Amino acid sequence: MLSASDLEAIWLTFKVATTVTVILLLIGTPIAWWLARTRSRLKGPVGAIVALPLVLPPTVLGFYLLIAMGPNGFIGQLTQELGIGTLPFTFWGLIVASVFYSLPFVVQPIQNAIEAIGERPLEVAATLRAGSWDRFFTIVLPLAKPGFITAAILGFTHTVGEFGVVLMIGGNIPGQTRVVSVQIYDHVEALEYDQAHKLAAIMVIFSFLVLLGLYSFQRKNTLWGAK
Amino acid sequence: MPTNNTTTENTESIETTEKGLYAKFHLQHSNTKSSGFALNVDLTLPESGVTAIFGQSGSGKTTLLRCIAGLERAQQGHFMMKGEIWQNDTIFLPTHKRPLGYVFQESSLFTHLTAKGNLDYAIKRSGIPLPPNLYEQVIDLMGIESVLAHNSQQLSGGEKQRVAIARALLIQPKILLMDEPLASLDNARKQEILPYLEKLRSTLKTPILYVSHSVEEVMRLADHVVLMQDGKVATQGHVEEVFSQLKSPLLVNSDTGVIWQGKIIEQDDKWHLSKVSCAGSDLWIRNNGDTLGQNVRVRILATDVSLTLTYHEDSSILNRLPVKVLEIVADKDPAMALVRLQTKQNTLIARLTYRSVEHLALTEGKVLWAQIKSVALVR
Repeated sequence: MLSASDLEAIWLTFKVATTVTVILLLIGTPIAWWLARTRSRLKGPVGAIVALPLVLPPTVLGFYLLIAMGPNGFIGQLTQELGIGTLPFTFWGLIVASVFYSLPFVVQPIQNAIEAIGERPLEVAATLRAGSWDRFFTIVLPLAKPGFITAAILGFTHTVGEFGVVLMIGGNIPGQTRVVSVQIYDHVEALEYDQAHKLAAIMVIFSFLVLLGLYSFQRKNTLWGAK
Repeated sequence: MPTNNTTTENTESIETTEKGLYAKFHLQHSNTKSSGFALNVDLTLPESGVTAIFGQSGSGKTTLLRCIAGLERAQQGHFMMKGEIWQNDTIFLPTHKRPLGYVFQESSLFTHLTAKGNLDYAIKRSGIPLPPNLYEQVIDLMGIESVLAHNSQQLSGGEKQRVAIARALLIQPKILLMDEPLASLDNARKQEILPYLEKLRSTLKTPILYVSHSVEEVMRLADHVVLMQDGKVATQGHVEEVFSQLKSPLLVNSDTGVIWQGKIIEQDDKWHLSKVSCAGSDLWIRNNGDTLGQNVRVRILATDVSLTLTYHEDSSILNRLPVKVLEIVADKDPAMALVRLQTKQNTLIARLTYRSVEHLALTEGKVLWAQIKSVALVR
């Protein structure tokens, strides 16, 4: 059926997408929280920056990340200082790039869900002696849960589906950066249509099932966020 | 008579005040949405009973309550409760550190919890062990036993508000702040909850600050009234006193009337009437099933009072009292005048046409008879 390198690519894709989703939920939540509640003038610019990957060609994003993570870029110099070396063409380079690439898909559903909760439940909780962490875990998380689930699913699937950024930043190293989308590209280039078909079909079915699950979940809950 | 407009104590005496609530806030909204609004209050409030913060919408009463709760931060604020400082120039206790209970205007139950889950949220965080029976007492007081297991979204508006009040009580607050708790309900729901609030005021030792724009609620519930106007305190004092004045235009409207405290001293079983003694003036009211000796509060609307120069035996009016004219004030309606009258120890207000004022030749100090067409028992 699938070759060893196909299986390796699938496993790698799963590893990348899972890692990226976890990281995105951790850093996307505070960003979404801030965007949902700030009255700062920076809200517009920061929101726009977060949304940039939605409209930019992945090659542009990949290009700048390549430079930033390269030996002379600011991320590259930081990682060299820390003795990690440079990130392009490594697993973690791919992770960093994917985090930027999928950021809006995680931040926006969470932001919308938090905005939908509004100020009042938090004020109520404060009058019931709940401190800020308590309020976050007992009020915001449960009320925004649909938004968080939507964010995790979209972040995961979007990372699975990336291609341009991977090529720019990760290249094509088996077990390191050769994810399914790149593997399919390789098969096609080598005219191995049979194997390309199998992987492509798996991607279609996987994406369809995930989206189907997401939409039926969202129909039960209100779209994007809490009621 | 504590009818001073704003208290003028200086800071030193404030810092040593161990009793009562002291609130001083200066807040200026700079955003365009509410441009020009400023809250400027300097108040000392009684430390027990129900204090109504009364005024029209936009008068700053909700903002005052939110400042006390720390939900809004005044540029300059001092708040002290029984010697405990919640806010001054250097201290600002965040809301969750203030020992208060708060009931919001609209339903504020957490929608992801059941009614009981909402109550437990408070119990867990009150920081004070739950005294035996308090839970049962509160549930009983608010009459919410049957809805405890329900999801908060399934409750009716009135039930939601009763659960919200119970939740605020179970935090065991030192002060209960209520922001127009009935304003979002229709009249039937209001009448459903008012008796619970009346029970609350008679059972609870905790002081209550009750924000409202409804004369009816204030007259039924309040002991003390702070009248707010344009972000300032127009007048404050005991409820009987505030409503017997005609100083503020807020008090001059179709609802104008006085409140008297009294005690039922006689029951007339034949005619189903009760005699209420209010500071030397006796009134006959319909027997509402109250027991002899019970303290009651009655309301006499200015429109229900008429004046006669002589004592009329041949009239259907039950209650006639000798009165003396204190002042004559113009109503909003150019045809009408409001006449403030002195009974033995109370004040009465009558709404008459100017034509009658002239016909009876009313002047300050004139003595005559007031006929009271109807007396409403408010509590």
